[in-house]
Amino acid sequence: MIHSSIKRTWKRPPIIKSPAWRWALWLGVAIYLSLAFGTMEVNWGRVAEGALRSKRFIMAFFPPDFVSRWDSIIEGILESIWMAVTSTVIGIILSIPVGLGAARNLAYKPVYYFCRAILAVSRTFPEIILAIFFVKLFGFGPFAGFLALSVGTIGFYGKLLAEDIEAMDPVQAEAVKSVGAGWLQWLNYSIQPQVMPRMIGLGIYRLDINFRESSVVGIVGGGGIGATLLTSFDRYEFDSAAAILIIIISIVMVLEYSSGYIRKWVQ
Amino acid sequence: MPVKQLADRKVWQRRTTRKQFLVWFGWLIGIAIFGYCWQLISDKTIWEFVSDAPKQAADMASRMVPPKWSYMEALWAPIWDTINIATLGTVIAIVIAVPVAFLAARNTTPSIRYVRPVALFIIVSSRSINSLIWALMLVTLIGPGVLAGVVAIGLRSIGFCAKLLYEAIEEIDTNQEEAVIATGASRGQQLIYGIVPQILPAFAGISVFRWDINIRESTVLGLVGAGGIGLQLSASIDTLTWTQVSLILLVILATVIVSEWVSAKIRHAII
Repeated sequence: MIHSSIKRTWKRPPIIKSPAWRWALWLGVAIYLSLAFGTMEVNWGRVAEGALRSKRFIMAFFPPDFVSRWDSIIEGILESIWMAVTSTVIGIILSIPVGLGAARNLAYKPVYYFCRAILAVSRTFPEIILAIFFVKLFGFGPFAGFLALSVGTIGFYGKLLAEDIEAMDPVQAEAVKSVGAGWLQWLNYSIQPQVMPRMIGLGIYRLDINFRESSVVGIVGGGGIGATLLTSFDRYEFDSAAAILIIIISIVMVLEYSSGYIRKWVQ
Repeated sequence: MPVKQLADRKVWQRRTTRKQFLVWFGWLIGIAIFGYCWQLISDKTIWEFVSDAPKQAADMASRMVPPKWSYMEALWAPIWDTINIATLGTVIAIVIAVPVAFLAARNTTPSIRYVRPVALFIIVSSRSINSLIWALMLVTLIGPGVLAGVVAIGLRSIGFCAKLLYEAIEEIDTNQEEAVIATGASRGQQLIYGIVPQILPAFAGISVFRWDINIRESTVLGLVGAGGIGLQLSASIDTLTWTQVSLILLVILATVIVSEWVSAKIRHAII
């Protein structure tokens, strides 16, 4: 047998080739972390106090109390569901023209830039900030939350619709055009069937997001379960809060499973 | 192919009559549900306030301009806090999400029957509770401030990162993994040399994407007292200093646009 006299072992190649860059990156991370932690004002005494109390705090959530606030819980949950449904429907209806306009292969340049600007603005602000302003303008209640969620839906759905249209197969669109279809027929028979399966899935996903968001717009007065949740935190009724959280989680889980099922069925 | 027989010719139809009726029926049900929900919301709305809204909006807009630029000095520290909340929160989330993802993926989990459901439950419950609600709880527990925000963002992001990551793990190319096993690698080596290199780009993409989302979310955590620029926002709204509000909104807009640009650049560089 032949033995190699040189002992060599293989080492995995590093992700960043140049050692200088590698060290610079680590140094940058270290500097950032030390700065971030240095400027973070943490009242460790308060944290320790909280940690001691955390057991009591967590135990206060058990057992969840569905009964004593049941009326306001069920009202808030229903309001959240209505808001989620209506804002998803209206948001999607409004986002279709914007999405069509924001697709580069469909729209003229000025229209394209205009629609992209609408999408960018409606996506920038979190729904909760929108909700603050809508509550100021339209008064307390689910209408303000509904508007905030609709605007959020336009940004989300319009952008994805536009991207999906841009990625479609142009051959089918040309084929439909070549048989003399009008513009609406062209949309209906060549583009809509291509984007529909994904869009239905995304619509259900957005319904899911809107329900989750509708549980927080109540914190600023926009209706829904958030108001009930905030009240139960403020009154230290953590067992009621636990019940609300359990209901939210289970509805989201149901939505998530059914959305997966519906998406499979559509495709 | 469904066709309709007219007197002298056949006309092509997209759907059969039966299917067309089913589609219409579906629309009918959908519209009925929407109408019902709308009715209930409309009952709870005071329409006088809504009709008044354009005037209110014009009034508010006139109070918001010009933005009070001198207030900018007081905003640098909150911006820095906001970025820190998003970044450190993302770091915490990733550290926890990686093991959870490996426990949740079908091909790496130690036990599909016992461990996987637990990991999936962690993912779902973290995802379905909004970061504001996490912040609400944490402010009660560890007191108001940046730390509550960091932890809230971290807890909220675990589910998102772990979900996308475990889907990436399930979609890997098994040939490479088998090749590594064939050289006699142990279970750990198999993970490090067979799976990790394949999911690394997805991992980096997910983290940057989540960081971008977290910047947006951390701007509002201050509303419940968890630090960041939201504190200044709610204070300015409460004291009706609209010129400060408009400046804060501009700052949020700029921060979000910059973070989106940075994350798009990084993702293009990686993928």
